[in-house]
Amino acid sequence: MNKRVQVGKKILSANEEYAQRNRQLLSQQKKVCLNMISSPGSGKTSILARTVGELKDKMGIGVIEGDIQTELDAERIRTAGAVAVQINTEGACHLSAAQVNTALHKLPLEKLDLIIIENVGNLVCPSAFELGEDGKIAVLSVAEGDDKPVKYPALFSKSKVLLINKIDLLDSGALVDFDVDKVKADARKLNEQIEIFCISAKTGKGMNDWYDWLVHVAKIRT
Amino acid sequence: MHESMVAQSLLNTICAEAAKQNGRPILAKVSCGTFNALNDDILGMAFEAISKGTVCEETRLEIKHKPIRAKCRHCQAEFDFQIANPTCGQCNSDKFELLPDAPLLLDEIEFEIG
Repeated sequence: MNKRVQVGKKILSANEEYAQRNRQLLSQQKKVCLNMISSPGSGKTSILARTVGELKDKMGIGVIEGDIQTELDAERIRTAGAVAVQINTEGACHLSAAQVNTALHKLPLEKLDLIIIENVGNLVCPSAFELGEDGKIAVLSVAEGDDKPVKYPALFSKSKVLLINKIDLLDSGALVDFDVDKVKADARKLNEQIEIFCISAKTGKGMNDWYDWLVHVAKIRT
Repeated sequence: MHESMVAQSLLNTICAEAAKQNGRPILAKVSCGTFNALNDDILGMAFEAISKGTVCEETRLEIKHKPIRAKCRHCQAEFDFQIANPTCGQCNSDKFELLPDAPLLLDEIEFEIG
């Protein structure tokens, strides 16, 4: 005899419970949290190092660094002047909300205005795991090609901001096929509200608009 | 490869339900939205590997992928979003809003009792 049982349970409910705990903690502490996601090598750490260096007199930023191995990225952020906690996933392709919960408890939240999570470099898996953040930041560098919003729509449809990085390569005349207008149009088809900033973490071009957005967002809870 | 985490969570839930039902799970039905980026083959292999020696050793997974839905801003019709042709099927407008992706759910388990 066979019996069918209706379950209707979210398979990632364990992750979602931790994401909810993170939301509660951040809300109680009146802190804003952003989750930065991109391919490896798009410049996430360079963007964050420049950002924390240039904003350190205006606001307290704490960084949670996610990498498969090494403490290198957290050290770069500390050198730039911000507090950073490194998470090594030992092979896992994304950060989980439980790992972020542990890291949040290691940060001096009372001294911070904004927490930025740098997720593991991967355009697919991290966008499927909520961490309790207030918003996602997608980073795409011009060397990766202009087809990424169409090929990886999940991330671009869920992000508050798209940072198009390494824009200096286009100005330099390097042989890079990247149509900025196409990327903007494709991203906005998926997500009408997405804010898009063209930046170079190397030269600083366009970074001031990104900083203004961050300063504005960090005040949401205060 | 987050399929391994999904497989482990499925195994835990099905084993717990099997103990309650005192039955052998033969089929588990899973559904998810397209943006969950779940690969059927990898999930199947991961589940097969970790279920060895458990009550789920011969449980078959059936995975249903649900399309992304969108709502047209022009005529308000809801339609299946296709990235290659992102326009409303009713009025051809390209002004639309993507609706939330379907969650990753364990919908149903079929048990063999006795």
